[in-house]
Amino acid sequence: MRWLVAKRGRTGDGRGWHWTDIATWVWLIGGTILMFGPAVWLVLSSFKTPAALAEFPPTLLPFAQQTVEVEGEQKPLYTVTLADGTVRTMAELRRVGIVAQMVDPDDPGAEPARVNIADRDPVREVDFATENYTEPFMRFDFFLFLRNSVFVTVMATIITLLTNSMAAFALSKYEFRGRNAVMLLIIATLMVPLSVILVPLYSVVAATGLMNNLWGVILPTVATPTGVFLLRQYMLTIPDELLDAARMDHASEWQIYWRIVLPLAAPALAVLAIFSVVWRWNDFLWPLVVLSRKELYTLQIGLNTYAGELNVQWHYILAMTVVAMIPVVLVFVFLQRFITAGIAGTGLK
Amino acid sequence: MSNGGATHYLTAPLRWLARAADVPLRAWQRMTGQGGMIALFLLPNMAIFSIFVLIPLGMNALYSTTGGVEFFLADRPYVGGEHYARLMDCENYLEPRSCRDDMFWIAVWNTARFVIFQVGVMTLVAMITALILNRAIPAKAFWRAVFFFPVLLSPVVVGLIWRWILQRQGLANLAMFEMGLEPVNWLTDRFWAFFAAVGVSVWAHMGFYTLILLAGLQAIPRDLYEAAEMDGTPPFRVFYRITLPLLMPNLLVVLVLALIRAVQIFDEAYVLTGGGPGTSTMFMTQYIYESGFANLLRNPGLAAAASILMALVLVVLTLCQLWLSRRAGGDR
Repeated sequence: MRWLVAKRGRTGDGRGWHWTDIATWVWLIGGTILMFGPAVWLVLSSFKTPAALAEFPPTLLPFAQQTVEVEGEQKPLYTVTLADGTVRTMAELRRVGIVAQMVDPDDPGAEPARVNIADRDPVREVDFATENYTEPFMRFDFFLFLRNSVFVTVMATIITLLTNSMAAFALSKYEFRGRNAVMLLIIATLMVPLSVILVPLYSVVAATGLMNNLWGVILPTVATPTGVFLLRQYMLTIPDELLDAARMDHASEWQIYWRIVLPLAAPALAVLAIFSVVWRWNDFLWPLVVLSRKELYTLQIGLNTYAGELNVQWHYILAMTVVAMIPVVLVFVFLQRFITAGIAGTGLK
Repeated sequence: MSNGGATHYLTAPLRWLARAADVPLRAWQRMTGQGGMIALFLLPNMAIFSIFVLIPLGMNALYSTTGGVEFFLADRPYVGGEHYARLMDCENYLEPRSCRDDMFWIAVWNTARFVIFQVGVMTLVAMITALILNRAIPAKAFWRAVFFFPVLLSPVVVGLIWRWILQRQGLANLAMFEMGLEPVNWLTDRFWAFFAAVGVSVWAHMGFYTLILLAGLQAIPRDLYEAAEMDGTPPFRVFYRITLPLLMPNLLVVLVLALIRAVQIFDEAYVLTGGGPGTSTMFMTQYIYESGFANLLRNPGLAAAASILMALVLVVLTLCQLWLSRRAGGDR
């Protein structure tokens, strides 16, 4: 049964590899390819020119055709097999049907050779098309989208932390009538998904004049029951004696919350902050409903809109998808242990 | 969240505000006592919560019983159970075309099929992965992170990554080509598009459930396995007699959470296929969104009625979870 819980390295007691060891490594390595592969492929593709993206079969790395200057113009370079069997590197002057006029770039004055396009291959080298990244920011609205996304994420997270922690403080450190009722209400709505209240929420937001306003995206999301629940459970572990001692020293209730409870709840606040950033950065359905003016789109909505156009400009879309992925990848690389601990501990997502 | 470094400077304005707020708040506390302070601490969160969650929750019933295209409740005439009657008006519930609102039933059955496949496949894959991650393998944290990585990605990013891979000339068809198979129209063929949505959703979410199962596996006492080993119990028997029963609470949580989320499937599928081709990946949430907002013939009342029916399913599932987790908790 070591195949279930092997305690030291491989399962066999010096008996070599058990079949489950092989299966394990196949699963792990296959899993790595399947889990990371698509994202890696996205990043590699995002540096390709439109021409390279249209190629089939695609190359792994982004290649671009080399060009050379012939008589003041940039001309594409090819490796050409001439009629006499010699192989030379030539530039294309012009092309008519399947015949191209090619010339040696070192001898541009010579008579151009007529070459069947089947007899030549483009000269290419690895080249990262960074304009895929710069152009959407300069020529399209992606800079605005990015700004809107950052604004929504930062504001929503700050307000979430503040309001949730205040409520959690009241619900964990004071005895008052109706406390259990409030807790019950919060737990009962833990499972209310957005799609269930979509229509009335829309009209509430419209009535408060927050339609087509980034605050209309932010406010409905900040009073997360999950956050209150998580922070309250943590604050319950802070000893009440600390609070009583502070009261002896004439600290106000606000100071107790701010100077004592909040710093002590920092680990739980960190978990909630990370989750809130990921949630708000990734939000899709609600911003899609609230925002209909293009200059207010978040990155996710903007991406979906551009990707939904009839003539998808994949070279821009792929690059902007990478941009939309960056904050989450940073969180993943640096803060992953907080998240895994949070999920394993509370089933929160 | 340490006290030093960038956090210190970033939160400086907040700390300054908090200190300034102490003056009026102290006065408030003197006037109203502790009760006033409790109310004040609860107020921001509960006000936002009431306005944007509780009130809409209550209003949904009003929307589902009023008609018209207006969103302002006062402009909506009362129609009673008309929307519900329209949704449930069906000669044969298994055959959407025989229903008055065929779209609704198409969405219902698509969602049901999706839930069965997605939850089934995902639980199986997450279970196998958790069992493997629970073995003594080097660099455990790394492997765990590998399978968790897609969980954090946004649905739009997930949808676009896979749209790019599954497109006609994408990586998936390159793989088919290399294996000497015919290319497949993954996203424009009714059959494949549905399974593409299932597969992409499993890819994006399995890491989350793997973590929950792994936490359960790690909580099983090792000496149980050692005892079974001494008795020479065959491995598969150990799995059925020790691992599975002791993992049951976590497995139930995984099943119900996955079910609840699968019923709400929307964003990845919407970005991946837009509900198409035809209606083959049209799910409940998309039906609610489109009938409430996106369609030219929008009908908020109908969308509200559909969302209440969906909420009923979710409530039943949630109650199942509470009941099961209480029962599982009582067993210990």
